[in-house]
Amino acid sequence: MGRAGETRVRGPLFSWSTRSGRARIAQAVLLAALFAAGAWLWNNTRANLAARQIHSGFGFLREPAGFAIGEGLVPYSPTDSYLWAFAAGVGNTLRVAACGIALATFLGIIVGVGRLSRNALVRWLCTGYVEVLRNVPLIVQLFAWYLAATEILPEAASPVELAPHVYLSKEGLQFPTPVWARGWGFALAGLGLGILCALALSRWARGRRERTGRRPRGLWLGLLAAAALPIAGWVAGGAPRALDVPEVTAFNVSGGTGVTPEFLALLIGLATFTSAYIAEIVRSGILAVPHGQTEAAEALGLSRHQVLRLVVFPQALRVIIPPLTSQFLNLTKNSSLAVAIGFPDLVSIANTAINQNGQALECIVLIMSVYLTINLATALAMGVYNRRAALVER
Amino acid sequence: MNGPIIEFARVNKWFGKFHVLQDIDLAVGRGERIVVCGPSGSGKSTLIRCINRLEEHQEGRIVVDGVELTEDLRSVERVRREVGMVFQQFNLFPHLRVLENVALAPICVLKLPRKEAEARATQQLARVRIGDQAKKYPGQLSGGQQQRVAIARALCLQPKIMLFDEPTSALDPEMVKEVLDVMLELATQGMTMVVVTHEMGFARSVADRVLFMDQGRIVEQNPPAEFFANPRNERTRDFLAKVLPR
Amino acid sequence: MPLAAEGATPAPDSPRAPPRCARGPGAWLRANLFANVPSAVATLLLAAALVRVLPAAVRWLVTDAVYSPDYAACRALDYRAACWGFVAQKYRLILFGRYPYADQWRPLAATLLVVVALLVTAHPRSWRRWLWPAWVVILAVFLLLMGGGAFGLSRVEPGLWGGLPLTVLLTLVGMAASIPIGIVLAVGRRSHLPLARAASALYIEMVRGVPLITVLFVASFVFPLLLPMGLRLDVLTRVVLGITFFQAAYMAEVVRGGLQALPRGQYEAAISVGLTWWQAQRKVILPQALTLVIPSFVNSLLSTFMDTSLVTVVSMYDLTGALRLALGDPQWRHFFLEGYLFIAAVYFTSCLAMSRYSAWLEHRLGSWARRPEALRA
Repeated sequence: MGRAGETRVRGPLFSWSTRSGRARIAQAVLLAALFAAGAWLWNNTRANLAARQIHSGFGFLREPAGFAIGEGLVPYSPTDSYLWAFAAGVGNTLRVAACGIALATFLGIIVGVGRLSRNALVRWLCTGYVEVLRNVPLIVQLFAWYLAATEILPEAASPVELAPHVYLSKEGLQFPTPVWARGWGFALAGLGLGILCALALSRWARGRRERTGRRPRGLWLGLLAAAALPIAGWVAGGAPRALDVPEVTAFNVSGGTGVTPEFLALLIGLATFTSAYIAEIVRSGILAVPHGQTEAAEALGLSRHQVLRLVVFPQALRVIIPPLTSQFLNLTKNSSLAVAIGFPDLVSIANTAINQNGQALECIVLIMSVYLTINLATALAMGVYNRRAALVER
Repeated sequence: MNGPIIEFARVNKWFGKFHVLQDIDLAVGRGERIVVCGPSGSGKSTLIRCINRLEEHQEGRIVVDGVELTEDLRSVERVRREVGMVFQQFNLFPHLRVLENVALAPICVLKLPRKEAEARATQQLARVRIGDQAKKYPGQLSGGQQQRVAIARALCLQPKIMLFDEPTSALDPEMVKEVLDVMLELATQGMTMVVVTHEMGFARSVADRVLFMDQGRIVEQNPPAEFFANPRNERTRDFLAKVLPR
Repeated sequence: MPLAAEGATPAPDSPRAPPRCARGPGAWLRANLFANVPSAVATLLLAAALVRVLPAAVRWLVTDAVYSPDYAACRALDYRAACWGFVAQKYRLILFGRYPYADQWRPLAATLLVVVALLVTAHPRSWRRWLWPAWVVILAVFLLLMGGGAFGLSRVEPGLWGGLPLTVLLTLVGMAASIPIGIVLAVGRRSHLPLARAASALYIEMVRGVPLITVLFVASFVFPLLLPMGLRLDVLTRVVLGITFFQAAYMAEVVRGGLQALPRGQYEAAISVGLTWWQAQRKVILPQALTLVIPSFVNSLLSTFMDTSLVTVVSMYDLTGALRLALGDPQWRHFFLEGYLFIAAVYFTSCLAMSRYSAWLEHRLGSWARRPEALRA
């Protein structure tokens, strides 16, 4: 009988007979195997690169790119470096992803709620929308939209006028934008300030209501602030009214700001495809809230509006947000299909770069790092949200 | 062989920072029937799960049938052949028929040929009086029937010790009796049993000793007559007041 | 007949039917289309829109369309109706790619063989031991029919395979090869060895975080660098490897979901009767986990099927790629809409069938505890 409290004698480190010993042996073997495989691949790569006389290393990023990029947020010319070209690509990816996410969420919520409608026609149309868009591959849809944009739309000389001075043609969508002046800068600042004021006001109003039971008009005051401050800023800056308006000329539409047909096709294709998945997520989120919740809330005397706002939506949101974020990431990844229709996103530009200088390994590593960073950032944000929103359980 | 068949000496266990077993000293003799009771969270399940190394203790010694439980996997294998366990949630394998459930261990562990394993299994199923359900799947049986199959599965390796972790807690009241009857028969056949349960009637009629555990310690242990008539400790009295019917 | 007691209401002879206003088509219309004012307005607006659009669409698609491969007739249409003559002219190119014209019965036979095999596999009654070897044989026959070189069939290089058979091949081989890798990764991710957990998690998260196009680029540009000098793999093999490695990460998550859904008590019961870790996995854990996730497997099959359309970006002529090849003809290239509608219809019917099947299977398997004789013996 051993004395109580003494530590057990440890066996040999790599013994087969203890659980931890076996674990160490297994891990040592696994490490050796991974190492061996990695070394073999590395050797092969070095030999192949040398045989094809391809340089390695990321030095090429400093050299001039030498190819043009059709559109983008950042100014770019072919004499700029490869690094700047990649940055332009990332900018384009984020641009189409952000617009796509906004549009897809908007459409998805409408269609998702529509699938639960009492009206049979609305239900069938929404179901048809979801089933058709989910069962045809995205790239097929993108090709169709792109060809429609470039073949069916009229020539730039005689565009379709969607709204006064908003023109749609083979060259894309062109719309008026204000000429940048101080007043617009002030207006933007006012908007930011107004939103902050609105948030602060609503928090104050909620606190006031909880303390005294009376409801001050917090919501309306907030909206008023959010609307009034930007206008005040605009006026303060001299009330600039100059607009850059597109006009139809003999050959095309000039002036204003435009988006290319590639961007339009990619945006509409991505947004409609993803909205079908978002519609399903919204629908199952709402259905996931047990009907007993609605019944109990109504039995307490809450109005239908209050039942939705206070009981159904918070619980539905918990179920909806994680897969929704996953769809946002999918949309961002799917934007890489731009390479098929010629929109200069990150993958498209990397493809051009690879074809030019042959440094496939480095370019692919760059692409993957960008996507993995976006993924990681979203995963971290989701983690924070999940911790805050999780239902507290025993 | 003489000496206790299960021995705990100054056994301590932590789950992270939570000290779940504190200085447990226990000796169980051959053929002895022990009932362990106590409030939830007192460590009684952890205690019996340490006996077949489903949980590992960090300090102290546990010796089962002369084999000390250490990191050595061979000792664990030997102990698990001598110890059978019955779980609260039955844990039958739903994708195998009842006969296959019971015959699995003799085939895989004792390396018996299939015919012999199935013969043994049929014998054990008859022992718990459920032989006619041998071809069915667990999902087709009632809770009480499933638990009896689980007992047969544990018995098939012919263990020297049987552990029961709240075997009737997940059963509807009308099925509790059939399982307790089987356990009673096992007891009369001389099996060493350690049972965690809330069924005080069973404790009174079958147990040689009743242990009361609270907050990781064995607070009181006595033969049932003593235990129920004169609980010595304040906490035992509180517990019995809550658990025994008025 | 016993006399009713004083004051008691007489029992009815049989249950009565509901009142007239609560059943029948009138009631259905009222409940579903005209339940309240907004609903009625929506019905009227949508009905009006449909009445305007549907007849025109039907005329464009069906009534006024040209069905024969007559280029002059199609041009004369001037886009006022569909030119299905394009499909009639080019359907063999679209469906079979650049496969030699005279031998196209071979990819047709191969695809039909796989479709029949899928239909047979679909029913749980056929999930027996011989299913796995049968599928190996079927894939071997498929490759033999496509590639030839034996039994009197002329050799056709993989570079010429295309169209629907190529899509089917990429889907099946990609799925089949990714399942074992996925199982290993899933078990590794839940292992108690920190290195195995980290390596599996790293692989899974990295592959799931990048688009498939990137993986296809890796297959296309990087695999030749990774292979020892002198070893050449053709494009088809590299793309199949790429799809396999990509799909394996998603398969791993599917299997992991199944492993997590199993109660821990199953593992404890297995080891408490003395089974080793390997025996417990093989006999108790994996059979249950894999059966649990069969509907998710079908969904993975569906998404692999749709993903194969991306190989057109690396210049392989699957169904989508073959259509683009057909549209390269300057004569017929204006009729792209008809072409895309055609392949969209092919994809749509296959995918809809698979997703309906997956839902049916999930419903069927949900009752496996109650009717186990429907499953593997």
